[in-house]
Formats: sequence, C-alpha cells, structure tokens
Amino acid sequence: MMTAKWLIDLAYVGVAVVFILGLKAMSSPATARKGIVWAGWAMIVATLVTLFWPGMHNFALMIVAMVIGGSAAWWSGKQVKMTDMPQMVAIYNGMGGGAAAAIALLEFTRGEVHGGMVALLAVLGALIGSVAFSGSCVAYAKLQGIMKKAYRFPAQNQLNIGLAAVVAILGLAIATADAPGMGAIALFFVLALALGVIVTSPIGGADMPVVISLLNAFTGLAVGFEGYVLGNPALVVAGIVVGASGTLLTQLMAKAMNRPIANVLFTPITGEAQGGEAIEGSMREMGSLDAAATMRYASRVIIIPGYGMAVAGAQHKVWEMTQLLEEAGVEVVFAIHPVAGRMPGHMNVLLAEAGVPYDKIFDLEEINADFAQADVALVIGANDVVNPSARTDKSSPIFGMPILNADMAQNVIVVKRGKGTGYSGIENALFYKENCRMLYGSAQAAIGEVITHVKSMED
Amino acid sequence: MDGIVYLYVFVLAAFTGYEVISRVPVILHTPLMSGSNFIHGVVLIGAMVVMGHADPDSPLELAIGFFAVLLGAANAAGGYVVTERMLAMFKSGKKKEGE
Repeated sequence: MMTAKWLIDLAYVGVAVVFILGLKAMSSPATARKGIVWAGWAMIVATLVTLFWPGMHNFALMIVAMVIGGSAAWWSGKQVKMTDMPQMVAIYNGMGGGAAAAIALLEFTRGEVHGGMVALLAVLGALIGSVAFSGSCVAYAKLQGIMKKAYRFPAQNQLNIGLAAVVAILGLAIATADAPGMGAIALFFVLALALGVIVTSPIGGADMPVVISLLNAFTGLAVGFEGYVLGNPALVVAGIVVGASGTLLTQLMAKAMNRPIANVLFTPITGEAQGGEAIEGSMREMGSLDAAATMRYASRVIIIPGYGMAVAGAQHKVWEMTQLLEEAGVEVVFAIHPVAGRMPGHMNVLLAEAGVPYDKIFDLEEINADFAQADVALVIGANDVVNPSARTDKSSPIFGMPILNADMAQNVIVVKRGKGTGYSGIENALFYKENCRMLYGSAQAAIGEVITHVKSMED
Repeated sequence: MDGIVYLYVFVLAAFTGYEVISRVPVILHTPLMSGSNFIHGVVLIGAMVVMGHADPDSPLELAIGFFAVLLGAANAAGGYVVTERMLAMFKSGKKKEGE
C-alpha cells in the first residue's frame, strides 16, 4: 500500500510539472496547441493513477459520474459556436468551483476536518468555490441571454458586505467548532451560493470579462485550498498557479478598462441609473454602396470589431472584404480594444478563425495614434470601446476608460443592428458626430452587401 | 501534512503562476484563461479521492461525492475541448479558408 501511494505522489509531481510547462507553452502562438495537448495527457495520467489511491471504493458510481460529466461537457464543448465560447468557459469554471465546494461539504459531512488550519482552509475553499459556482452560473445566464438585464438589489453594497460578513462569521464558527452541526453547515453553503448570485447580478455586460477572469482565479484558489485539506500537492500547485495567474490576468483587464476591480464589483455600470450628459444632434445613415465606395477609394482603413461581429458570425465576411480592399490597394488593419467582446482576446480568436494574420491586428496602444491618419474607421458591432465620452464627459459612467480613438479618423462608418445603446446601456457620442455615418443591419448582411458593391467597382 | 512546507508550496506556486503568465501576448488571453480553467479541472482527482472514501451505506455522502466527481469531470473535459478548439485555429490561422 505504501509503495502504491508513493508512486501516485511521484506521478502527481510529474503532472504538476507538465501543467506548468503546458501553461508556459500556451503563452506563444507557435507552441500554444502543444501546451494544451500536453496538459491534457497529464490530466489523463492524474485521473488514472488516482484510481489506485489506497483504500478507495464506490468505483462503479464514480466512473458513472465521470462518464456523464465528462462526456456531457465534451459534447457541449464540441457543439458550441466560437462566438459562445465565453459563456462556456464561465460555466466549466463554475463547475470546477462547485466541485471544490462539494469536496469541502463531503469532508465536513464525514466529520473529517475539525479545528486548526485544515478546517479554516476547508471553509475558505468552500466559500470561494461556492461563490465561483453560483457567480459563474449567473455569468453564463447573462452571456447566453437567459438573464437579460443587470439586476441591482436595493442597498446593494450594504447587502453584499452584510451577507459576506454573515457567511464569514458562520464559516469561522464552523472552522473552530469541534463537531459543527449539519444545519449550520448547510446554511453556510446556501448563504455562500447566494453571495455569488447577489454579487454578480448587478454587473453589466461590459464588465463581464473581468468577472469571468476573477471567478476563474477564485476557482483556482478554492482548488488549491481543498488540495491542502486533502493533502494532495498536485491540487495545491495547479490550483494556486491558476489562482495567481488568474489574478494577474484580471488585473491586466481591469487596468485596460481603467476600472479598479473593486469598482467592477461594487459600482457596476448602469446607463439608466447614472446617465451622463445628454447628447446633441442626430445619427446619420449611410447606404452600403456609399460605404463600399468610401472604403474602396480610401488609402487607409482601420477596422474595429466588437461583440456585434461575434454575434453575427461575420468574421469570415470581414476578412473577405479586407482581402478585396487590399487587392484594390487599400491598406487595411484591425484595432482591438483589450475588452472588446466578452473576454480579452475574444476578437483575436474570431479573426484568427477567419484566417486574419496576426501582423494585421494591433492593440490599443499600438494603433491609437494612427487614427488621425486613417481615412476610414470601420466600427463593426463595437460600441462602448469607441465612445469618446470616456475621454470628455466627466459625468459618464465610463469616463477614464481608455478607448480606441475612432472619432479621430476622417470618416467613421458604424455597422450596427439598430439605434439602441450598447450592452452597458450608455449613449454613444461617436454616433452623433459630424464625420460618422451609420450602416444599419446585421454585420453579416451589411458587410456582405459592401463586398458585392466593392466587387462591382473593380476595373 | 506539514503546514510550513505547504506554505512554501503556496508561495512558490503563486510566483510560478505570476511568472508564467506575465509574458503572454494579448491575443492569447482568452485561450489562456480557458487553458488555466482546464488546469484547475484537476479538482477531479480530489473529488475522486473523497468519493472513494465516502461511506457506501450513506446515500448523502455518495450523492455529494457523485456531484463533486461529475462537476470535476465536466470542468476538465469541457475546459480541454474549448481550449483545444481555440488554439487549433491559431495553429492553422494563416492557411485556413473562410467558410
């Protein structure tokens, strides 16, 4: 028995090393795919050796659970469209948090942990895991369109803090009790789950990337803490590595939006509630023929894709149009805002899917100075990330957020489905500017028409 | 388990996580978040161990263990598929034809 356990531990060390090397490989486009494949094999090895853990039973049920959970997730992950990836990441992340919380619940139910560091970390992992679970479910519901509006509870911040305090006190009582009662434990989990729902419900779509990333880091921490409780170093290393890298990623994103993480959580953006200055003027429409001509005879076009392009699945059309324009001698590049779409890098993934080379894609800092020299800024389904109110209107809820300076271009063409406001519900001053024209329609249809017209202009 | 040793593991793992991600280009942020999401799917093995030690005569313990393994397996499998699909596109990004 001792040798079996020793071999398992040795295998876990290898697994942890491969996980870290895999993450490292994922940091470069050339090796990224290898990275995930290595990590995948490591996961299989980890799962197989765990079956030989000494003194285990309930194998039949365990394997049924693995097959159901694994194959359902595998199947849904294969089916889902590229544009729906963010909510899938959210929901799988929530499941990891739920698993960590369930581990703690089972340990408490069996009376395995009481007192000391072990109980404290078990409670902490349970709390964080539960919040990640219910919070991710809310994030999924919002991105999937099941939950349409950000919902603010009365006295939201006091409610958040109050509930968090109650959960913390209850958790501390459970961690320090010799034999905590099942009632208290059950109440603790229910309140922790409620906390996740209440904290994430008021958060608007624009802040979703930050929230998903934060919950991802949370799950990592929860897994790491439960790893300590179980005396399983593989869980500790993998969990804490994810917790730390996820925290860094969250900070990078929050910085890109100029919104401290605390603001994202406690002062959500809601256009209706906070307003901003009223905007003078009206939106001017443009036909697809005019749009095609404006771009065909321009020398430099910068395309700004946003969530609207993702929803319409228009990335292939956009690339087709880009190639046509390039053949006509127009220089076309893409400008990506760090939080365009619903996750950082979301647009890059979609453009890569369509076949756009990396060297045509630029970050905010790289390209913002170039808008003044551009003939056309083509905004496809992006809204808040090009709203000049962020620079000028101190009363705007997004004031201070770095934006792409599309308004500096000679002409701005905005492809948009209708006149409504963006996901955050804030009016966009760009749409009312003198140099801006609206091309209404879904990105797929509108760009399709532009392509037809550009083709007809060929000599 | 020795607490102080684990404290070292926590600290070193935290530095490792920070270091590994600090040189990632923006274009890989989404796949990377998804990839790290897959890696914490290793919670599956923790779930297997606790379920393996649950009392076979207690439906409650079995149910919680079942739930933990189910969620852990879903995290690992789903995280892998989604990440792999995203990264496969990056690999053949320049050659792939539009639909």
